[in-house]
Amino acid sequence: MTHTPSSGPYDGNALAGPLSEVFAVEVTTAVARCRGCGRSSAVAELAVYGPEPGLVGRCPGCADVLMRVVRRPGEVWLDLGGISALRFEVPQ
Amino acid sequence: MARAAVPGGLRARRAWRPAVLVERRTETSTASTLVLEVDEWAGHLAGQHVDVRLTSQDGYQAARSYSLAAPADGARLEITVQRVAGGEVSPFLADELAIGDRVEVRGPLGGWFVWRPDDRSPVLLVAGGSGVVPLMAMIRARAGTSRAPFRLVYSVRTPADRIYAAELRRRAAEDGGLDVAYVFTREAPEDSPRPPARIHADDLAAHGWPPDFEPTCYVCGPTPLVEVVAGLLVAAGHEPDRIRTERFGGS
Repeated sequence: MTHTPSSGPYDGNALAGPLSEVFAVEVTTAVARCRGCGRSSAVAELAVYGPEPGLVGRCPGCADVLMRVVRRPGEVWLDLGGISALRFEVPQ
Repeated sequence: MARAAVPGGLRARRAWRPAVLVERRTETSTASTLVLEVDEWAGHLAGQHVDVRLTSQDGYQAARSYSLAAPADGARLEITVQRVAGGEVSPFLADELAIGDRVEVRGPLGGWFVWRPDDRSPVLLVAGGSGVVPLMAMIRARAGTSRAPFRLVYSVRTPADRIYAAELRRRAAEDGGLDVAYVFTREAPEDSPRPPARIHADDLAAHGWPPDFEPTCYVCGPTPLVEVVAGLLVAAGHEPDRIRTERFGGS
């Protein structure tokens, strides 16, 4: 990942578009619990690497890989193996 | 707080839609504002972004995220693009995309790094470089819709690197309740009492809000700045859940 300042999000906030293809609600405001260290972080707060060959989201606490999103023609691969739980706030 | 609802609905958000470049403005020697027209744009929140996708003649596609720089004006969206030397997308957008050319956009996106005009808390905005873009969208959205007191602390290398300098000067004078302070890291104006240096705790103490005012803090810029500033704010006593961050980068 480059640290060159650019003009758009390059952390978990940047996962909003790719994840909008597979989730019915906004995912970047959901809270993910790391399977490794147990830390809870908003998906928006993940450290993100990519975008090629795919986006990798790492825990801001222990740097374990929490999720991977790979877009290929006609399909999306989503690996959530590093997350033990995702908590979404929904309307009452 | 439920933060799932975003304008435009899900279908509109996830679809790639054609966008036409209708205007380009030079902001600094390396940053340009692009005005894109997207049919039936339903509006967006300050701080949200769009994904922009380019398709080359051989079918190769590249997509990047760009923060929206202003509230929507009907079908017109503004992004401000900082040219990254050697980047795959930003030099093309900043220099080569011609008026009338078409790209694709998806959005509005993101629900975390957003400010809503009905939030009356004081707001501290801390920007590094082009990280000022989504914060400028908040300042522009505030004008005429909110009296929430805003303070912007804007870290840049040199005076020439300030994006939106003239508008920020005007708004600091005309928009009641908006304060703007600069932190120069490499070269300061001659009349500046502060020697050039990276942002430090005294800058935030002098130009931010005390923690007991319970401001919402938005920090946007390159990763090192975001991490340093978020750490300084927590050390000063701000609640971590009142600090929202967005790291800028990529190409």
